[in-house]
Amino acid sequence: MKLKGRAFKFGNDISTDLIQPGRYNYLRSNLPELAKHVLEDADPNFASRIKNGDFIVAGKNFGLGSSREHAPTILKLAGVSAVLAKSVARIFFRNAINVGLPVLICDTDKINDGDMLEIDLSTGTIKDLNNSARLTSGVIPDVMLKILSEGGLVPYIKKYGDFRV
Amino acid sequence: MGKTLAEKILSKKSGANARAGDIVIAPVDTVFAQDGTGPLAIRQFQASGFKRLANPESTIFFLDHNVPTPTKELSNDHLLIREFARNCGACLSDVGEGICHQVIPESYANPGDVIVGADSHTVTAGALCAFATGMGSTDIAIAFALGKTWFRVPPGIKVNVKGRFPRMVSAKDLILYLIGKIGADGATYMSLEFSGNTIDRMPISQRLTIANMTVEAGAKTGLFPSDEVTRKYLESRGRGDKWRPLQPDADAKYEQVIDINAAKLEPMVSKPHTVDNTAPVSEVNGTRVHQVFIGTCTNGRLDDLAIVARILRGKKRHPDTRLLIAPASKEVLLGAIKAGYVRTLIQAGAIVLPPGCAACVGGHQGILGDGENCLSTANRNFKGRMGNPNAFIYLSSPATAAVSAITGVITDPREIA
Repeated sequence: MKLKGRAFKFGNDISTDLIQPGRYNYLRSNLPELAKHVLEDADPNFASRIKNGDFIVAGKNFGLGSSREHAPTILKLAGVSAVLAKSVARIFFRNAINVGLPVLICDTDKINDGDMLEIDLSTGTIKDLNNSARLTSGVIPDVMLKILSEGGLVPYIKKYGDFRV
Repeated sequence: MGKTLAEKILSKKSGANARAGDIVIAPVDTVFAQDGTGPLAIRQFQASGFKRLANPESTIFFLDHNVPTPTKELSNDHLLIREFARNCGACLSDVGEGICHQVIPESYANPGDVIVGADSHTVTAGALCAFATGMGSTDIAIAFALGKTWFRVPPGIKVNVKGRFPRMVSAKDLILYLIGKIGADGATYMSLEFSGNTIDRMPISQRLTIANMTVEAGAKTGLFPSDEVTRKYLESRGRGDKWRPLQPDADAKYEQVIDINAAKLEPMVSKPHTVDNTAPVSEVNGTRVHQVFIGTCTNGRLDDLAIVARILRGKKRHPDTRLLIAPASKEVLLGAIKAGYVRTLIQAGAIVLPPGCAACVGGHQGILGDGENCLSTANRNFKGRMGNPNAFIYLSSPATAAVSAITGVITDPREIA
């Protein structure tokens, strides 16, 4: 599966409090409304600038902090088609895959804000169309690949009824 | 080759020879969600087509985060949880009972258990040698239904702590020091396992503080051995029969061993806006504090309130510094009333909040103004954490927080207490 979109660059240690600020917890049962505030405290204009298919390109330890699955959920709802980072926090990683948001681990220093990227999810290769950098993402566990290929954990469980490990 | 605590627990539970890096499926002894993550977990449970919980008696919903609720939307989330728990027979820990990570050790966690919760600080129960880890709502929804989940067996880091803490230095200073040393991703995906003579002497309340914050270094779980201290704690909770000894094997393979001399530690703080931005308190001495917050799943236990009450007895908070105190559970609050701490704290100018997480998660109760500094005993100081991205949060021990409430500036507790 191939994805194409622009890079929105962020630094290291983008917490789930930055992705989904706790002061909007009252919107957690209204996800489209909550998504309007995604990453607001890191970039107040992010939600208005992001277009369907664009990418988050971050430094290390993206998504650290709370277990709130609302973080990857509203990134996806806002239009983000994949997260690229040097590393991601454990719970965010599992949550992103469970909601069907691909995560690619790669050296994001070579990508600049606003670059147009082309990503082949089946091979894990990333092409930066602005500077012709080519990157390869790290391998993720097989069980997570299967969950991702079904579109997330709910469709996976509906299909198999149990974990296939 | 021997096994780490994480490998031992996951081997026993999964029935496989679990080694770091393996993927195993293990049954869960306790599974829970709170009011921030529960509604989504319920919706994902229903979307997956499930109707029944695998183990209703060990499935728990905690109403602890936004309590008592500040908005109708959150009240409706609480209604959804109460109705689901009633219909499915799950346990409900309602508003005022306390923070999940306090109630779980008080009433549920046992050595060798596997515990998963829709909250990152689920690692707290590692103090009782339970393999406890946080997950998101969908993982927890599936664990509700199947009574099990998959795990990648984490590699271990051994933290060997020796020596006695100096006066006014405690477990909180130790864990802040460790996180500062290895970084906010220093233990990502890993099991942090604690040992050494400092740990052998450490009461469960302080072990809980350390285990609680292992996730701030990215750890999947933070484990303490199950020893005599654990046995006595479980006996005091009426669960003596659940105790069994559990230690890592002497020849267990750890990726890294970190040695810490407790006698050399100083009172520590985390500066805004990341937990690993640590410094000895002397480096920030004199920083103006507009609000002191004492409580949370990190430091809201009776032992913590005892230290704070001892420091504040007969003293007053600084007139320009608000002092908020939230006991971690109803039981802690009752204990603090019985011991006279609540009276001491209120006379010193404290506002005692209901047991819960509210001030720490920034929904309501004590939201900071623009440019204000808060010194908090919580576990997180991320930008926006306490409800205002234009405010600044410092983290410290209860002793440092209590002393600073009197002076109105960040103060080394060894100077005046």
